[in-house]
Amino acid sequence: MKKLEAIIKPFKLEEVKEALTGVGAQGLTVTEVKGFGRQKGHTELYRGAEYTVDFLPKVKIEVVIKADIVEQAIEKITQAASTGNIGDGKIFVTSVEEVVRIRTGERGEEAI
Amino acid sequence: MRNIIKFTFFAALAGLFFDIAPALAEEEAPKIVGADTAWMLVASALVMLMVPGLALFYGGMDRGKNMLSTLLLSFITLGVITIQWVLFGYSLAFGSDIGGVIGDLSFFALNGVGLEPNGTIPHQLFMVFQMMFAILTPALISGAIVGRMKFSTFVVFILLWSTFVYDPLCHWVWGGGWMSGLGALDFAGGLVVHISSGVSALAACILLGKRRGYPAEPMPPHNLPLTLLGAGMLWFGWFGFNAGSELAADGVAASAFVVTQIAAGSAVLGWLLTEWTLKGKPTLLGAASGGVAGLVAITPASGFVGPISAIVIGLIAGGGCYMAVVAKNKFGYDDSLDVFAVHGIGGTIGALCTGLFATAAIGGTDGLFFGNPGQFTTQLISVAAAWAYSFGVTFIILKVLDAVMGLRVSEEDEVQGLDLSLHGERAYTL
Repeated sequence: MKKLEAIIKPFKLEEVKEALTGVGAQGLTVTEVKGFGRQKGHTELYRGAEYTVDFLPKVKIEVVIKADIVEQAIEKITQAASTGNIGDGKIFVTSVEEVVRIRTGERGEEAI
Repeated sequence: MRNIIKFTFFAALAGLFFDIAPALAEEEAPKIVGADTAWMLVASALVMLMVPGLALFYGGMDRGKNMLSTLLLSFITLGVITIQWVLFGYSLAFGSDIGGVIGDLSFFALNGVGLEPNGTIPHQLFMVFQMMFAILTPALISGAIVGRMKFSTFVVFILLWSTFVYDPLCHWVWGGGWMSGLGALDFAGGLVVHISSGVSALAACILLGKRRGYPAEPMPPHNLPLTLLGAGMLWFGWFGFNAGSELAADGVAASAFVVTQIAAGSAVLGWLLTEWTLKGKPTLLGAASGGVAGLVAITPASGFVGPISAIVIGLIAGGGCYMAVVAKNKFGYDDSLDVFAVHGIGGTIGALCTGLFATAAIGGTDGLFFGNPGQFTTQLISVAAAWAYSFGVTFIILKVLDAVMGLRVSEEDEVQGLDLSLHGERAYTL
């Protein structure tokens, strides 16, 4: 089992969700996050005073899937989230030791 | 205010003819006029709405952790000053004149303030209309000291400030004091409300010091939609503020209403065009601030100037107040929500413009541009006096309060945010 954490542009959320359900993801978790990478921040203007805002709003998707569909999922997320511009985001892949479905007590891939 | 003068004049006239024509004298005795009373009841309620409007205007501009604290600093004046005004504030401002400086205590606890005519409206109605002004004015000051002042000290401060700054100034200009004797024009409170609060706000934020982290740490507004809603409520209420200051439902009230709208609209454009030109972007906060700046500037002029003058006054106020905000960043004092720049400078622009643009055709007095340069000098003197008095007395009050109660919250409370540390509640919960 693998966990994908994809940091994407907020307006791409719907397309990425559809791409993931398309490859067989059963559920996912979405968080509104802020951060910066190479894109850096932007400036804001309040009554003539300029502020540099370093942290840009992004959406983080967390999804746990079977190991055999990871490459397919990465490809679909990359396609859906890409605009070709700086700031499109990143995908982090990690291994997941165990999953438990709280209602039934099922474990492992059955519980995903 | 003109009506009081008018009726004093009528009373004198009646006295003159009393021996010859007693029947005529009886007819000229002040009577309550239904239309005037109805309008002033509405106008008083409109001015009251400006207090929660101001609270939202300020609250949205501050950080989220101080939202409730900022709202409360405005709202609390509805409690404290209502009682102060009823007990002795009204009497100090409008009681029988003592040496041109202050009213006596003849109206203590509204003794003698009944339903008899004052002008053409019941005396109590005049009292409550003026009460709303007395309530709004200290609330304006709060924008300069948000996020760091002790609530307890602020409550005592507004009580003392109303008693020693607002009530005397109100008496000088509207209660028969020395400024009205001088002929200073202030239709709805450029001197009494806006210069007094704006200049006092400057004194307050200098004495109190900067917010922790200012200006290195960004402190952007946390909810500008609420600020716009507040600005809209202020604008709406301001029709009662300015047109109500005629104290009658008549032509001058209509004229004041019209120029209020014109100057506010013009100042939206003045502020926006200035910032667009200098900083490259038109902002919503700029539009809201410009509207308020225009309303401030037209306040003293509203019963004295015509529509085209109002356009010019609005443009000057919009651009001028924006420049005053930018100047703050150079001087380095932390007038957190720009009370001095908008009300102090806006009120000054308005009071001086009244001396330029006033025309006898509307308010009975000409300004410099209509051939009466002396009026501008009078305005200049009254502005200088209002500045000096407000700054000086506010400074003394806060020095005393600093020694007795302390002005600032602890560093820990300030960092946590005043909503939780002082009031035990939060504006936004998950």
